[in-house]
Formats: sequence, structure tokens, C-alpha cells
Amino acid sequence: MYEILRKEDIAPRVCKYVVRAPAVARARKAGQFVIIRPKNDSERIPLTIADGDEETITLVVQEVGKTTAIMADLKEGDSLSDVCGPLGKPTHIEKVGTVVIIGGGIGIAPAHPIAQAMKVIGNRVLTILGARSQDLLIMEEEMRRASDEVIIMTDDGSYGKKGFVTHALQDLINAGNEIRQVVAIGPAIMMKMVCKVTLPLHIPTLVSLNTIMIDGTGMCGGCRVTVDGKTQFVCVDGPEFDGHQVDFDLMMRRQAMYLEQERLSYDSYVQKHRCKLTPEAEAL
Amino acid sequence: MSNWREVKTKDRLKIPAQKMKEQAPEARVRNMQEVPLGFTPEQAIQEAQRCLQCNNAKCIEGCPVGIEIPRFLAAVADGDFAKAVAVVKETNLLPAICGRVCPQEEQCQVVCTVTKALKSIENSVGIGKLERFVADYERIHGQAVLPPIPPPTGKRIGVVGSGPAGLTVAGDLIKLGHAVTVFEALHRPGGVLVYGIPEFRLPKEIVYKEVEYLHRLGVEFRYNFVVGKTLTIEQLFADGYNAIFVGTGAGLPKFMNIPGENLCSVYSANEYLTRSNLMRAFDFPLSDTPLKASKKVAVVGGGNVAMDSARTAMRLGAEAVYIVYRRSEKEMPARLEEIHHAKEEGVIFHLLQNPTKIVGDDKGWVAGMEVQRMELGEADSSGRRRPIPMKGSEYFLDVDTVIIAIGNDPNPLIPQTTSKIRTTKWGNIVVDPQTQRTSMKGVFAGGDIVLGAATVILAMGEGRRAVKAITKYLQDDDWTGTPEPIV
Repeated sequence: MYEILRKEDIAPRVCKYVVRAPAVARARKAGQFVIIRPKNDSERIPLTIADGDEETITLVVQEVGKTTAIMADLKEGDSLSDVCGPLGKPTHIEKVGTVVIIGGGIGIAPAHPIAQAMKVIGNRVLTILGARSQDLLIMEEEMRRASDEVIIMTDDGSYGKKGFVTHALQDLINAGNEIRQVVAIGPAIMMKMVCKVTLPLHIPTLVSLNTIMIDGTGMCGGCRVTVDGKTQFVCVDGPEFDGHQVDFDLMMRRQAMYLEQERLSYDSYVQKHRCKLTPEAEAL
Repeated sequence: MSNWREVKTKDRLKIPAQKMKEQAPEARVRNMQEVPLGFTPEQAIQEAQRCLQCNNAKCIEGCPVGIEIPRFLAAVADGDFAKAVAVVKETNLLPAICGRVCPQEEQCQVVCTVTKALKSIENSVGIGKLERFVADYERIHGQAVLPPIPPPTGKRIGVVGSGPAGLTVAGDLIKLGHAVTVFEALHRPGGVLVYGIPEFRLPKEIVYKEVEYLHRLGVEFRYNFVVGKTLTIEQLFADGYNAIFVGTGAGLPKFMNIPGENLCSVYSANEYLTRSNLMRAFDFPLSDTPLKASKKVAVVGGGNVAMDSARTAMRLGAEAVYIVYRRSEKEMPARLEEIHHAKEEGVIFHLLQNPTKIVGDDKGWVAGMEVQRMELGEADSSGRRRPIPMKGSEYFLDVDTVIIAIGNDPNPLIPQTTSKIRTTKWGNIVVDPQTQRTSMKGVFAGGDIVLGAATVILAMGEGRRAVKAITKYLQDDDWTGTPEPIV
């Protein structure tokens, strides 16, 4: 069992968990992920490691379905049934000069250890964070500590600049920054758009893919994607790939394979386990 | 019939082979329960009395782990089931599993004298069925008795993977007084026995019972532990392990590299079966892991895994399930019993056919599969006749789901993270066949990671051989004459 030592709400429906998992904590490197099961009858879901120390790993989880809802209902002192890892290949960290780290939405969490490692090795780290609105922006402080400069973009302009991360990237390019490497982690559509900006300029662009997985060790092949026309397993060949070679459209379709069943599971969980009263009604 | 020993051979050959009761096909395609229901005690005794108790028992040679079959059958014939299971367990710790999934028709039963006398494999002594019977009898009637364990030797052995090879090694080593830790990547033990073989062929409860027995003997199990990632083999040695056995299996699914293979609703057999078996997708939405609700399913391949996938698809409610296999039924690697069961359950066989592409709809789901007809040419290196495509014979098979069951490559995690372990160009770990030693001192390997996708019992046989060599190595620290490490 893997105890939740700390749990913190960091945005609406987004929680940060510090979980005791010493074996994983000692082995993990930037870019790697774990597979977890909150309960002993849960499904297995992959989560990228956002931070850690000798004894613990930090996970940032957005409630999007039943398994993440179960996570949200756990408290400090509760335990996760399973934490398996660290899985996947670590990010290739090299001193290249100026590196742009782009984190979109919940993707900011996995981008964090990569920014840290890129900075430690001596790169100039420019970070772009994107969120739909100010309240959904996570880990700003941590990212500021790991970066030389942070640019914040919100879709509605409620914080930072109004617009998408691609606009900020274009601005950095236009300002004459000699960008040697871009790392983009976030929704598939965001990564795809970032790659569209960097491809004509030949800026190497790493993306971290979050596909459906079961075992996470290469056994099932459920996570497979097409990269440069070839089949690759995100769990063992990735999770990071050359974004210019990834077939994002195919990946997005595979990610959506079980939307209908996921909704069914989620709705029945919420109906059974969550209070049906609104907070206002409860206060009466 | 306590005087069965006095019955003449001629008369023994007249005892009819006992038929094991099975769930009727129309009932079983709607449930996940086991298909054959097992012998009654009376049936078991009568079946065991068909054994001629040959002096030159060929059946023992036919068994990869060398069970003393005549002695075991004599005990069954005497009605002494406890003794019978004890005889089996002298050499095979997992009889409830092997009794169900071993290909006895190619091993002990094919060389059985009764088979030869009656010139019929269907009428051989039902050794496998009796092995299953005694193991089930023990499980149902009280706890298995723990063998005496010698005082601790002070040696620690790490076993990587809890499939059939790993469980065999763990069970044998703990009985010798060593400390044994089994490292399993998944959250449950059993490897392919649990994620791969369906409930209707091997109830998971049986595997968990066997693991519980090993646990009671003192074997430590660590789940969610991926050797090579959580800790490497070198780190395990640094942590104080004296020897490591690698039994990580053939768990990397092969694909055909044809267009459309990454469409939604194209599954590897591993994924399809793991979702259903380990993650219980057949229970969705009571369980949390779904599978697509398929109507028409094509399973590509002709082995046991293909049959398991097809029969699972039937049980999950598909209207039509096709096996698409490029050779003829004669060349199919699946057990006859599995082919027979699949046909009984309504699986349709498209033989001498091979897919050339999978076609998708506008949302990325499978809309059908283009299939080419084949004819058989000359025998290839495997001795089977090579399938040759017939030009212009392509046709469109209307399916919404495709399951690829054309085999597995060895799992690359350990070789990738342990440079001293030598592999073949296919990724199998190279071992000395007498000792299962790898090119890295202190590391042994066995099962599918060495053999390529084979059988449960062959994996156990390799495990057994490794145990002997590990025991010797722990005494003399000798590592000469083993495969050369990569320089």
C-alpha cells in the first residue's frame, strides 16, 4: 500500500498528492511515469511523476472519470492500492543553450521535472504555461523556481496574456531567441499546434504522450502510436517522442476509444458515492 | 475394486475411457465458467485403472518435468487421492494448472502404451484429467500439507516474474531453505496464467491458491516491481541477492505491419485477453476496465492464444467471430481440444486466408478487413507447408474488431537494462541448455524469455533445471562454461 502523505487542491477538480513510494522515488528520473490503481479493484491508469524526493513521489491528478474521481475522494492518510514504476524512458537531458518548456493545463505537472533537470544541467529555461483561465493554472510557483523566465497564457485573458501557448512561442521566436529545444506537454491538440510552429523552423520538439495503457511494460500494446510511419509503444519506447513525427490525429482517436464507457462508469460512481445536494443546499 | 492390480492387460484395455462432463456449448458461451467440469471420484478411479503400469514407463520420459505417472495413477486407482497428489507434487508444484493447460496429447499421452495398443489418442489414459482431478480434490478437501523446510541457508534468490517458470523456481528453492523473493510487474501474481489464459480454461482462483501455498511456504512476493526499472539486476545483487532467475516471458505482442493496424478496435491478443482476464472487462460496468462491445470480430492467428481470444469474444457477446489463419487446420499450432471447443461454440474458421489491410471508418474504427486467399507450397524450416498468396483473390470481410494473435516476442526490459546478459537477434536470452545460466554471473533464465512463446510445462521444466544449477552455483560459486557476455 502506498500512503498519501499530503493532498492539496490546486485548482478546481485538480489535486496534488504526495505519495510514499520509496522504491519508485529513488529510481525515478524526469519524464518517467507510474501506473496506479487507487483501489484493489480499480483499473490501471498511467500518471506522469510531477516531483519527488527520497521517499515520495508527487502526482497531479485531474478528475476526468471514475478512477480519478476515486482518487479525488481519497484523503491524507489513505493509501493507493498500487503504484508501479518508474516506467518509460527518462527525458534526454543535455545542455544545448536555450530550451523552451511548454506546459498546457494538467500537462504542466509532468513538464515540471523536465524544466528542473534542464535548468540544473545549465540550460536557459524559458517556460510557457497555458490554462483556460487563472483558476485552472497549476504549479506556477514550482515552475518559476525551475525556470529562468515564465510566460503565462490564458484562453480568456484572466491572468497573464490572453491567447494560446503557440502565440507565446511565436513571440519568443520573433524576439530572436535562439531556441535549441522545445518540450511540449499538454492536450494532444496543443502539442500538435506547437509542432506546427516549430517544424518549418527545424526546432527539435519533444512531446510526452498520454495514451491508454494497461501494464505499462510493453505487454499489451494498447498505448501504441504511429511515429514516423512506424508503430511505437508509448510505455516502453516513450513516453516522449519527436513531435514532428507523431501522428496526433490517430493518437487522439485512440485516446477517445472508450469515452462512452468511461462516461457510464463515471456517472454511476458519482451517483452512488457523491452527495446529491449542492453545497448551498447542504449549508441550510 | 481393490484387486485392480490383478486384472489382465487384455481386460484393462477394455475399460472404457472416461469422458469428462462439460458445460454445453450453448450455455457456456454465455458465461466465463470453466468448460470441462472434472471427473467424479468413481470416474477417476476407473480411468486410473486403465493404466497398464508399464515397467518402461514411456509417459515419464514424455513429461517435461518427469512426473512418476504410473505411481501417481496407481494411487488414484487405489482411491488414495492424497498420496496421488503427493507423488505428483514431488516433481510438479502446480498440478491443478498443468492438468488443465498442458498439451498431454503431445507429451505423456502420445507415448502411452494404451494409446498405441488402441491406436487412438482419444483413448489414451487421461493422465492430464487425472492430474487435474487429484489437485482439485486436494484443494477442495482441506489445505495442502506443507512439506518440511530445512533450516535457512542464508542465501537469497530473486525471481523475476511470477509466471509458470518463476513460480516453479520459487517453490523449489524455498523447499531447499533459501530465502526467495518474487518480483512481479503487475498487481497480481501468475503472469500469463492470469493475464493470458481465460477463466473458462483456467480459473484464476486456482492460480491464486497455488501462489498462496508458496506464500505459506515463505516465498515473499513483491508486486508493482519492474526489474530493470524499479531496480536493475545489478542493484539487486548490490542489495544482497546471491542469484537471480529471470522468467519474464514472451510478453511483447507482434503485429503484422499492414495498413490500418493502429485503428481503434484493433487489439493485440495480449491486450484483449488482459482486459478480460486480469482486469475483468467481462464484468464491465461492475469492473472498471472496458472492452469495445463488438459485433463481428476477426482473430488473426491459429494458436491457443487465437482460440482463447475468439472464445472470449463469443462470451463477450459478439454475433460472429472468425479465426483467420493463413495455413490449413492441419498446421494450426493450437491444441485439438481448443480448436474443437472453439468450433462447438460457433467460432467460424477462415483457413488459408491472410489479412492484407484493415479498413477504418471516418472516426477511426475498424470497418472491415481485406483478406487474401492462400495456397500451401513447399515445407518451410518449421516443417509446415509454406502459405503462398493467391493473386487477385482478395475479398472484404465485414468486421468491426480485429484481434492480432500471431505471437509474442520476448520482453526486452531486462536485456535492455542489463548489458551483460546476451540475447539472440530475436531478443531471447541466451542460456546454457544444461544449467539455464546466462552470460552474466549469478543470473539464470528460463521459460518463454529463453524459448520464445512455448508452453506452461516447458517453462516449468526450464525452471526445474535452473533450480539444480542454482543450488550448485550457491555451493561452488563456479561460473565456467557459460555463454560469453557481450563485449
